[in-house]
Amino acid sequence: MTNKRSIISVSNLVKHYGEFKAVQGLSFEVYENEIFGLLGPNGAGKTTTLEIIETLRDKTSGEVLVDGLNVDTDANAIKQIIGVQLQAAGYYPNLNLVELLDLFAGLYGVNVTPMEMLAKVNLQDKAKAKYKELSGGQKQRFSIATTLINSPKIVFLDEPTTGLDPQARRNLWDLISEIRNNGTTVVITTHYMDEAEQLCDRVAFVEAGKIIALDTPDQLIDNLIASGFERKKEVKAANLEDVFINLTGKEWRE
Amino acid sequence: MSQPYNHTKATLALAKASFRSITRSPSAVIFTLAFPLIFIIVFGFIGGGGMKLDVAVAPGSDLQNPVIAALEKTGVIRLTKNDTQENIDKNLEKGAYDALISVEKNPNGLPAYFTNVKYTSASLTNGNVLKSVLNDLTHQLNTVNQKPTVTEIRATTITGRLHRTIDFILPGQLGFSLLSTGVFGTAFIFFSLRQNLVIKRFFATPVRRSSIVLGEAIARIGFALLGALFIIIIGHFAFNFTLINGVVTVLNMLVLSTIGIIVFMGFGFVVSGLAKSESTIPPISNIITLPQFLLSGTFFSINAFPVWLQPISRALPLTYLNDAMRKVAFEGANLWDVKQQILIMLFWGIGIYAVAVKTFKWE
Ligand SMILES: Nc1ncnc2c1ncn2[C@@H]1O[C@H](COP(=O)(O)OP(=O)(O)OP(=O)(O)O)[C@@H](O)[C@H]1O
Ligand SMILES: [Mg+2]
Repeated sequence: MTNKRSIISVSNLVKHYGEFKAVQGLSFEVYENEIFGLLGPNGAGKTTTLEIIETLRDKTSGEVLVDGLNVDTDANAIKQIIGVQLQAAGYYPNLNLVELLDLFAGLYGVNVTPMEMLAKVNLQDKAKAKYKELSGGQKQRFSIATTLINSPKIVFLDEPTTGLDPQARRNLWDLISEIRNNGTTVVITTHYMDEAEQLCDRVAFVEAGKIIALDTPDQLIDNLIASGFERKKEVKAANLEDVFINLTGKEWRE
Repeated sequence: MSQPYNHTKATLALAKASFRSITRSPSAVIFTLAFPLIFIIVFGFIGGGGMKLDVAVAPGSDLQNPVIAALEKTGVIRLTKNDTQENIDKNLEKGAYDALISVEKNPNGLPAYFTNVKYTSASLTNGNVLKSVLNDLTHQLNTVNQKPTVTEIRATTITGRLHRTIDFILPGQLGFSLLSTGVFGTAFIFFSLRQNLVIKRFFATPVRRSSIVLGEAIARIGFALLGALFIIIIGHFAFNFTLINGVVTVLNMLVLSTIGIIVFMGFGFVVSGLAKSESTIPPISNIITLPQFLLSGTFFSINAFPVWLQPISRALPLTYLNDAMRKVAFEGANLWDVKQQILIMLFWGIGIYAVAVKTFKWE
């Protein structure tokens, strides 16, 4: 990244749930127009950190700035410039996708054409379907569509590809890259390292509420190799995932 | 994106979404429309019988006179002729008798008879009906005899009319419809929005909490009023439900419905906060709706209940909604005339929303 203006800055972030210390002094910056990955094992504190930045949770201490706005004092202004996909979220019951997008347009106070939003995530065919009638991958795509309604400066995607088939994942990578190419900063969490390596400009590894590494995927790999690491087994020129993709093709699955 | 955020737009978007959702929810349609209509149709066809007024004839009253005869012919009035004065007084106080009547022959000629009526504050509604019946009857008697007598009966807004079963049943069903939409509907939607993290996703947008509550309220009130209108129209055109002042009466009934649904939604907010799981909503809601359904005069006048039960009935908000509705629809009362009922509902409203603020949970 040549442009290094920081759009999110988190310093000494601490979050306690009662006695439990979920986040213990996180500090990092996200640069404008990059795809930033938060990686780490289950329970590391990724979702907690994201939701604090998204102004959905109170922090115990520390400072968080989003595009220069403080989460403590400018939560409402922040909400207007971010798009949020939650790790777990539901949508209003009994409404179809077009009606849901209409609702979100109202909630964000913007005018959008629902069909155009659906086209961005290739769900035009499902315009009249209810959210709960969608497949897992379609649900994720729809969730992403709702994050784009207010043309946000930053979108937060919490495990958007969990549970998707290999090509659905790859197609989602294309969508996420496209969002970034349109000038939006993306913060994403994932448990797939191939995904992080392909998609993210920089990644932070979080463990037990602390950042244990933060750099570009390339640099982190180089560091590891430089330390003398070697893979135990010689890798074949292809793996089972390549077989899957090869057998089933690259199209969106409905 | 530089234009300021518009809270009204957000509220209306929510109202629209919620309204759509309600109209597609089978339970809302069943509770708001189907149940009340079924009862109305059943009672509408049974019809005719109507309410009975219990009137005691004073000991020593003249019994062989056209007034008593005419009263017996109305079919609306049940005369008790052989009760003791002591018993009559006691029952008047309790509202078991709606009135005491005594007819005296006028020794000085015209009018031929004096009719003395003693109403009881324990049974004002029925008293008013009796008053209108008597007015009507006096008028008829006086004209039939072709000897218009000087009468003390002043013209009132109440004119004698047949009180059909539907006139009693429909307001009760309307009240019940509002109660169930208010309690069940509100409890379920807020519980499920919270449980399914719909509200959490809303909180990631700039929408205010007040807009969420207001949007839901607008949708539910709108739906309930459309339901009420539908019930009134069916009742009126299919079963001759009395609307004394036509459209004005309907509008007054809708105002009362609005007050009712707002109060009942308060119960719904409380239930949504208390419920630990979706399956606990119906039992908790039933604790609130069932006693009112049974004790608030939905099917029978609360005067028909045992005396010890009546104070409980008179403590319930639905009793006052039903009461006000019947007064407005059948007696042509305006909203000011039922201010006491409205006031009691408002007190309930203040109380229940105070509890709701304490128990309501957003996440
Ligand atoms: N509301 C809460 N109350 C108490 N503890 C919580 C709460 N939310 C999260 N935690 C705890 O905080 C820790 C971090 O949770 P968090 O959801 O941030 O993890 P995560 O990194 O997103 O994990 P995953 O990869 O499984 O999504 C966990 O140990 C979790 O149990
Ligand atoms: Mg998580």
